[in-house]
Amino acid sequence: MDARIGIRNSKNILFKAVIVFFAFVVTIPLIIVLLYIIKQGVMQVNWHFLTHIPAPEGEKGGGIANALVGSFFIIIIASVVAIPIGILTGIYLSENPGTKLSYYTGLCVDILQGVPSIVVGIVVYFWLVKPLGFSGFSGSMALAIMMLPIVIRSTEQTLLLLPPSLKEAALSLGVPYYRVILKVIVPCGFAGILSGIILSIARIIGETAPLLFTALGNSFLSTNMAKPMESLPHLIFTYATSPYDDQHDLAWGASFILLMFVLTLNLFTKFITKKWNIQL
Amino acid sequence: MKVVKSLQLAIVALACICTTLSASAQDNTLLGAGSTFVNPLFTKIFSEYDAAYHVKVNYQAIGSGGGILQLTNKTVDFGGSDAPLNDEQAKKIGVPVLHIPMAAGAVVISYNLPGFTGKLKLDGKNLADIYLGKITNWNSPEIAAANKGVKLPDMPIVVIHRSDGSGTSFIFTDYLTKVNADWASKVGKASAVNWPAGLGGKGNAGVEGLVKQTPGAIGYVELAYAVQNKMPYADVKNKAGQFITPTLASTTLSSNVSTLPADAIVSLTNTDNPKGYPITSFTWALIYKEQKYGDRSADRAKTLLKLLWYNIHEGQKDCEPLNYAPLSKSALKIAEKILKSATYDGKAIL
Amino acid sequence: MENNKRLDLSYTQMKWDTAFKRILIFISGILLVLVVGILITLIIQSMPSIKALGIKYLWGKVWDPVSNIYGAYPFLIGTLLTSFTALIISIPFSIAIGIYLGEYNTKGWLSNLLKNTIELIAAVPSIIYGFWALFVLVPIIRTFETKIGVQPYGVGVFTSSIVLAVMIIPYAASLGTSLIRMVPSPLKEGAYALGATRFEVIRSVILPYTRSGLFAGILLSLGRALGETMAVTMLIGNTSAIADSFKNIFFGPGNTMASVIANEFAEADHTLYFSALIELGLVLFFVTVIINLIGKRIITKYTNN
Repeated sequence: MDARIGIRNSKNILFKAVIVFFAFVVTIPLIIVLLYIIKQGVMQVNWHFLTHIPAPEGEKGGGIANALVGSFFIIIIASVVAIPIGILTGIYLSENPGTKLSYYTGLCVDILQGVPSIVVGIVVYFWLVKPLGFSGFSGSMALAIMMLPIVIRSTEQTLLLLPPSLKEAALSLGVPYYRVILKVIVPCGFAGILSGIILSIARIIGETAPLLFTALGNSFLSTNMAKPMESLPHLIFTYATSPYDDQHDLAWGASFILLMFVLTLNLFTKFITKKWNIQL
Repeated sequence: MKVVKSLQLAIVALACICTTLSASAQDNTLLGAGSTFVNPLFTKIFSEYDAAYHVKVNYQAIGSGGGILQLTNKTVDFGGSDAPLNDEQAKKIGVPVLHIPMAAGAVVISYNLPGFTGKLKLDGKNLADIYLGKITNWNSPEIAAANKGVKLPDMPIVVIHRSDGSGTSFIFTDYLTKVNADWASKVGKASAVNWPAGLGGKGNAGVEGLVKQTPGAIGYVELAYAVQNKMPYADVKNKAGQFITPTLASTTLSSNVSTLPADAIVSLTNTDNPKGYPITSFTWALIYKEQKYGDRSADRAKTLLKLLWYNIHEGQKDCEPLNYAPLSKSALKIAEKILKSATYDGKAIL
Repeated sequence: MENNKRLDLSYTQMKWDTAFKRILIFISGILLVLVVGILITLIIQSMPSIKALGIKYLWGKVWDPVSNIYGAYPFLIGTLLTSFTALIISIPFSIAIGIYLGEYNTKGWLSNLLKNTIELIAAVPSIIYGFWALFVLVPIIRTFETKIGVQPYGVGVFTSSIVLAVMIIPYAASLGTSLIRMVPSPLKEGAYALGATRFEVIRSVILPYTRSGLFAGILLSLGRALGETMAVTMLIGNTSAIADSFKNIFFGPGNTMASVIANEFAEADHTLYFSALIELGLVLFFVTVIINLIGKRIITKYTNN
């Protein structure tokens, strides 16, 4: 009898040890990658690096100003398009559960979330690039499509969490519906919606595949959205696979900056949701 | 309130962007895409051209196949290609396309053999057999026969080829097709073929990147990529039976063909010149003969033509430092003539 | 007068109300149009290849643009092999994380730290994983391959699978965590009261209770792995030929559907070639969407119960 309990207990301890081991081992690759990128990248970053465009192949020096500016513009336009549509769709979904339209829209959000990024690139190529040529704008549209599902779902879920009494109280005071939504419901869920938006930006800022056939790339600094534009992930992709050590250095520096962006945005989201949770 | 305001702001911003988009659609930049073979030369020339004339030329090295496709789709001003249009491509475009020779370059066999300091020699047959997957080790008797007196390491050969549609692949397979019947029947020549063996790298840069990283690797790249990256490259046996080191001089010898046709479309591989390097080719800029298409302005057509004129004249001085063979006098004459034949709405531009 | 003004006001407000509701409906409709548009675009553009090649396309073993022969089989194999290998590697880790965060250590700084770290794994862009692996992991794999006696390519299906495995762990792990936390405590308490150890509770109460949810999490991970493009394109070796033995397929270079599209889409120079690539995109679209939808349905059903 004692022996069996002993076996059961040791099984229990062994199992816990295995679980703890497996759970924490996962963090090792992340830490290795982060440290490596920081080690390789942090030395590259200086004022020259941030303000100059890449040197011709095989020549020393140069920076990634074209990619920084390009990524910034592409992300801004993608956000301007995706955020309003995303929030409004999210409002519709949370306000009208059970209608046919909301069922199909919800289905479409799920589908959109599953569409591989490369497929989005193909489709935008046909919609925008073939008729209008390669442009930063078409890259923005591809990224906007990737952003939409995240913004919609986070808006919808935030609004569903709000107590219904909030809306009922406002309506019973005779406030028209649209003002209830825009001035009571949305501001109450503001933090949640905002964190969804930031999360979606953090997600698309590193997307490369949809930009390959849309924004194409540009070795010069360009702020013209109707023309091809460079972006951070695209620059990393082209320079990472090249044989030139100088270009590798540029790519490490660009990776470091991209990583810092993504980490900051993620920490910011954490901060917001934490604050928001306390308020609830 | 915040939300309404931000929505209004968003709409205003969108409207602003749309207007700037349409306003700045015509501006002082040109877009080219294609060959990675010529990319080191083009990036150099275009960076100088920007400094001198303030015209930014954005050249994206996506591969020659890509350059031709994007020209067909009219998404670029010019395509760069090391392979002339084939019949199907020409049929798909449907209108005349000018091939303007820009320079000649050599495709070199770059390798990575740690500890091997000698000079590797290869003939066409060995090369084809390596790429067919028949020779798989560096110490095989076939390779040893061509390299008498040097000892090659016992190391598996890692074959590296292009993963994208490539003019460099076209030149390389064109050469192999000419020298090896087995290759001609099994694989053939094209910018994208069904490679029987090996790894694929994207662009000349991707191939050279893999070669540099992989011990035992062999790959084919433009001379400039190997030289700039200080990678060794093999001597290749030419038609006259000589092992030739690819250099500026041996490339120039191969590219000096006496009978250059008026459309400048010619294959330079497997040259008859006894001192010429056998895997050599022109690289062309491709443009539409009739420059009035879509909503293209006469100004833009003129800017493009001026750029290409610069490339074949002042731009040629950048060739030698980068180990491209500049155009010979006779080739330059033909290139000028071709450029002058370009029209806008039926009228000559230059 | 006073009354009229009020009426006017409420009338305009009503107009605004209907306008607002219509805008909402319209915008939601846009989403439908978008998704249907994506599907239709893919179908129309892959029509030439569907017509010319038919269903044989899916198991054609040769992809040869020169002779105009297109078979998707090498890429289907490549995609399935990388995704499932990655999945098998990732499952023990993601379930362990789920159990640890969901049962052993649900609160406190250590639990939060681990949870946030796992989320960061998903946040790092795939291009960065690819870049890092190309310079750090590939040489390590190459030495490993020399030791076990296969062609030391370094890049290939195996390398891509390892990187993919790390990238997809967070998806199944975070879902697993929240599902395991949702197991009703009376169930667990009952088992404890009968004298079960924690291991026995996990094995006989928690895991059976959350089985379908964990499965859904794994499906979502799979969907993510199937569509992943950039890291795989950089690491898989990009060759369309199928090796002769399983060992060579597994350790040697290959291609996935996504990586072929990324490599060849911008330069496929004839109609059939181009549309065959788009058909690959269409297949990829269907496979990932179906897997995702099944996963989502299971989760909805599970959380509603």
